[in-house]
Amino acid sequence: MDMLAGKVKKTSLNVDSAMNPTDVLERPIRLTARDVTVHYGAKQALHGISIDIPDRAVTAFIGPSGCGKSTFLRCINRMNDTIEGAKVGGTIKLDGEDIYAPALDVVELRARIGMVFQKPNPFPKSIYDNVAYGPRIHGLARNKADLDEIVVSSLRKAGLFEEVKDRLQEPGTGLSGGQQQRLCIARAIAVGPEVILMDEPCSALDPIATAVIEELIDELRENYTIVIVTHSMQQAARVSQRTAFFHLGNLIEQGPTEDIFTNPVNKQTQDYIMGRIG
Amino acid sequence: MATDIQTSPDKSSSERTALIRAGLRRRHLNEQIFRGLGIAAIAIALGFVALLFADVFRKGIPAFVQSNVHLSVTFDAEVIDVGPAPARGDFASDAEYTAASLKWQRDLALLNWNTIVEASLRKAAPEGFEIDSRQIQSIPETNARHQIREMFVRDPSLLGQTVEVDVLASANAANWIKGNINRDLGDAQQQLSPPARQLIDIFVENGTISNGFAWSIFTNVDSRAAPASAGLLGAFVGTLWMMLIVVVLAVPIGVAAAIYLEEFAPKSRLTDLIEVNINNLAAVPSIVFGLLGAAVFINWFHLPISAPLVGGLVLTLMTLPTIIIATRGALMGVSPALRQAALGMGASKTQMVFHHVLPVTFPSILTATILGVAHALGETAPLLLIGMKAFVASVPATPLDQAAALPVQIYLWQGNENRNFFEPRTAAAIMVLLAVMILLNGVAIYLRSRLEKRA
Ligand SMILES: Nc1ncnc2c1ncn2[C@@H]1O[C@H](COP(=O)(O)OP(=O)(O)OP(=O)(O)O)[C@@H](O)[C@H]1O
Ligand SMILES: [Mg+2]
Repeated sequence: MDMLAGKVKKTSLNVDSAMNPTDVLERPIRLTARDVTVHYGAKQALHGISIDIPDRAVTAFIGPSGCGKSTFLRCINRMNDTIEGAKVGGTIKLDGEDIYAPALDVVELRARIGMVFQKPNPFPKSIYDNVAYGPRIHGLARNKADLDEIVVSSLRKAGLFEEVKDRLQEPGTGLSGGQQQRLCIARAIAVGPEVILMDEPCSALDPIATAVIEELIDELRENYTIVIVTHSMQQAARVSQRTAFFHLGNLIEQGPTEDIFTNPVNKQTQDYIMGRIG
Repeated sequence: MATDIQTSPDKSSSERTALIRAGLRRRHLNEQIFRGLGIAAIAIALGFVALLFADVFRKGIPAFVQSNVHLSVTFDAEVIDVGPAPARGDFASDAEYTAASLKWQRDLALLNWNTIVEASLRKAAPEGFEIDSRQIQSIPETNARHQIREMFVRDPSLLGQTVEVDVLASANAANWIKGNINRDLGDAQQQLSPPARQLIDIFVENGTISNGFAWSIFTNVDSRAAPASAGLLGAFVGTLWMMLIVVVLAVPIGVAAAIYLEEFAPKSRLTDLIEVNINNLAAVPSIVFGLLGAAVFINWFHLPISAPLVGGLVLTLMTLPTIIIATRGALMGVSPALRQAALGMGASKTQMVFHHVLPVTFPSILTATILGVAHALGETAPLLLIGMKAFVASVPATPLDQAAALPVQIYLWQGNENRNFFEPRTAAAIMVLLAVMILLNGVAIYLRSRLEKRA
């Protein structure tokens, strides 16, 4: 174990050496994280994560259960602030702006970085109100027509509009699991975020609903920076351009998805991808 | 993977089935015992409730019947010799007119209206029936003369006329009629004299006295001089005032405090301490709140004694912890997923609470609140300490007036020595109190199911 930990440090240090010239990292970098640590009380959950997340691409986080993927994801929109006893160290910058700077307003940050959770969690309100909620609280719609427009286009982008157009006033909790998750995506999109974080968005869904959402993620990539946590190697391979492998609170290896899956440098990454740990 | 499931591969499957079967019998037996105990517990509880209700109803229902005496009253000009009522036109100023009219009313009050009542009773009695004045006066309730005087004050043109009037029979007469008193007891043990008893029976036979629904319980205030006319109106209105104060104060303060403590307050020693104390406060005997109310509101702030305002404040203090604890429980029960969804959308904490958490907890908060108020409604002990046990024969027009309260009225009536009359009336008051409580609980259940369906 100790030996492994030493190795881990080394690989996570030379982040940039993993860069491939044809990599999406050539695109502008949206998010940069340096030496991010998280403590839950006395327990350290992340040991210095450094990663660059490129614009308009899908970055996947993979790794065994409990390795800190969700924890790191929550650092990016400061949802860890809401967890009692959680302490975050290091820096994360969105477009060069430190998101943990005291002057930064988390409300604004979360409008710029949307989140979709593992379990679909629509508000117990109508489908329309679910999507309209973000624009309403952030004051994005000038009038009712504006708001209608935002709701419809968000539902369209989430590929849900055709299915729900006749029952926009019915409760969002009455939809199927997959529809609920797309509703949550529509809700996140409605605010016009720059980054969308998704924490295992398909883990509660059947293969067909999963395929629909994967397709959707692929489309959304055109306009949004997406970070997705997934337990499915296939999913990471299908939807992401870059992949980062986490293990025991460390970022072991990161790079273009193809490289990670076909030619992993690190032994642990290999083992995980071969299904030997996890 | 599949091998993991087979826990003891050394045992054959029939052996395993036998083992499970052997255990099964014990498991079923345990279940049956537990079920039996549960049913027994419920049966005992329900039995006691049924017993209580049956007893209260058996005693209380007769009190909702009152005996009326139908009299034809002659406003005898020889008795009422105070001259005509003063008219405004005869006086130069309002002040003079008021003075004259007050004097006229005072003169009327000094007349012996009993003679008029007695005359009308004698008119209804058989020709030549021998009964003395005091004895015949014991048949109607003592407020009959006031009732007749009031009629005359309102309409002085009645002078010399004869009109039909219903007055209440006295408590003793009513008890005799309803059979609350053993008719075989000797004269010495009876409240009424033999001729009075005989005349009452005659009156019942010839229709002069008949029974009807006792509206007086709802329309009259408490009375000691005329016990048959005692009603709950004053106590009911006093209770209403207090409930109003509790709802206006305890509900917003309690809910706001719970929201702050649960959602906003930083977790620290201080908030822990506050939490422990709120829980303790909920367990403080209610009589202590009465002492506190007497010391703080009456001695310190010099609020009036026996006032619904003070009662309401004391009950507010008593209800607050209940409402705070119930509201916090409801807030705690909200799923973290909902909170995360709201925060993840960029809602501020306040928006999260007011847009999402409160709406889903509203039905539980409402129910808890109504039950808290219903609990306060039946509270008696603290009210005794702030002087609400005084005899009050008026309807409180404001929360600062002296008043009684429903549960205190029950206590007062139950404590009165004139037991043979008051017991049914006490039970009737209990029925009214229970009805109000059941109504409140019913409203809570109705609102809850309606709101939950909508959500
Ligand atoms: N709220 C919390 N309080 C305390 N410890 C936590 C909390 N959340 C996570 N942890 C701990 O931090 C570590 C990382 O957890 P995290 O949820 O980030 O893992 P994960 O990679 O998302 O796992 P999974 O794939 O199972 O979702 C774990 O050891 C977990 O026990
Ligand atoms: Mg996770």
